[in-house]
Amino acid sequence: MLLRDIAHARTGDKGNRSTLSVIAYDAKHYLLLEKLLTPECVKAHYQGIVQGPVDRYCLPHLAALNFVLHGSLAGGVTRSLALDAHGKCLASGLLAMVLPTDDLRSTQ
Amino acid sequence: MTSSPPTLRIGSGAGYAGDRILPAVELAEKGQLDYLVFECLAERTIALAQLERSQHPDRGYDPLLIKRMQAVLGPCVQQGVRIITNMGAANPLQAGHEVLRVARELGLLQVKVAVVLGDDVLEVLSARGMALPLMESPHRLASLKEDVISANVYLGADALLPALQTDAHVIVTGRVADPALFLAPLMHSFGWAGDDWARLGKGVLVGHLLECAGQITGGYFADPGFRDVPDLAHLGFPLAEVDASGDAVITKVTGSGGCVSTATCTEQLLYEIEDPSRYLQPDVVADFSQVCFTQVGPDRVQVSGGAGQPRPDTLKVTVGHREGFIADGQMSYAGPGAVARGQLALDVLRTRLDEAGFADCESRYELIGVNTILGDRIMPTPELVHEPSEVRLRLAMRVKTAEQAKDVVNEVEALYLNGPASGGGATKSVREVIAAASVLIPRDWVSTTVLVLEN
Repeated sequence: MLLRDIAHARTGDKGNRSTLSVIAYDAKHYLLLEKLLTPECVKAHYQGIVQGPVDRYCLPHLAALNFVLHGSLAGGVTRSLALDAHGKCLASGLLAMVLPTDDLRSTQ
Repeated sequence: MTSSPPTLRIGSGAGYAGDRILPAVELAEKGQLDYLVFECLAERTIALAQLERSQHPDRGYDPLLIKRMQAVLGPCVQQGVRIITNMGAANPLQAGHEVLRVARELGLLQVKVAVVLGDDVLEVLSARGMALPLMESPHRLASLKEDVISANVYLGADALLPALQTDAHVIVTGRVADPALFLAPLMHSFGWAGDDWARLGKGVLVGHLLECAGQITGGYFADPGFRDVPDLAHLGFPLAEVDASGDAVITKVTGSGGCVSTATCTEQLLYEIEDPSRYLQPDVVADFSQVCFTQVGPDRVQVSGGAGQPRPDTLKVTVGHREGFIADGQMSYAGPGAVARGQLALDVLRTRLDEAGFADCESRYELIGVNTILGDRIMPTPELVHEPSEVRLRLAMRVKTAEQAKDVVNEVEALYLNGPASGGGATKSVREVIAAASVLIPRDWVSTTVLVLEN
């Protein structure tokens, strides 16, 4: 089971930071997202891309988490050497995360 | 205000400079709108426009301004829809004259244009601001010195109110905070006070949801089998029905493609937002942390829960500056062993460029299709990993001069006769980097004016 199966995501850019929303399709999966997608876990997933810390904001009423990935845009859109200078594709990259099935079963 | 309309209908006609024009025409014709807003300025757009203006004094406005106005001015005038846009970019006054010219050519002699001036703060920054600290940097503005091209402050809705009080059909601005383009007509129509933080926060929320146009109606959303969007080819742009308290319904023209759902709204709510409880705007610190969405009909989503706190003391300025050149060279490898030949080509390139004195330059040696976007580490599930049937080598490097950049991309092209077998489709590009830095300035450094133009 991938994160893609229970959530959708979108990234935006702010200076050298990427903003990343992760939204559960079904509100019953929100607590699982909150448990699994810790800032540390998200930073580890983006190892080599996110140079700074990761902040997380919880929006349970929207079944959504919002992350700020500091130092993730190679200096920022306007000067980046990256092909995807905006970091637009980072969101779908997160959805590749493999979820532990034990946790998923407990929310069914 | 007894004369306030019960609801104001505001449409979003563009989410970026190059956005599609037909959906805006559809909104103008069928949206029963009061206002149609075109948000077309990205962070460095004004710096690029300023460069153009420095070579052609009668340019520097949005390149699609004339085409857009030719398409929407007729229906907007006919339907009584006022247009608000930041397509003035680095030259709002000239943009205003161009809108008048288009109106003349369309036989719409009654059209008046109000131009908002005052976002260009390069002069005051040069005189008083060189010691200001750059945001996200340990340096001061003075460190950019002669490389600075432009400095434009994000104006708030308050700068647009005098323009809305005229009888102009079209309001043209340069840099304005994107949501303020939508907040301004709400303040104007409903008589919201400049310190009514709760309502201003709700107005910013409406503006933020609309400012990227199709991104809330199913654009940038589809993922086949997971999130299917009906008739994406004919994606409609959004409009909001806003009442005097600031509550709103987001919807789109009936019959247009796309969808408006709580999911599309939630994605757009958080787009480019950091702390949802503190979205800093010139007019208010908006609070989106308690926003709720309710599906109240097909493609109709009720928005509530927006709030606001007093506005910041300072205003943000984007400073455009030159920062060297980027060399970008590419070459494809295909068939069995494509990855190995691409990797060999990268190794050869790196050796040659290191020996030519480019070893210390910031660079990316990578293979498109393998590791360009997500790096080497993020891979899909094992069953999805396979040897690609083709890869594309990419070398990007930051250098000081255009000549150096040409030398670098020529090394990529030279892989034809001097690299691994069967490379093809070499491309090379050299572009000057116009980077954006930011500073905060006191409000009293900024003064704005409005000019009304007519035929």
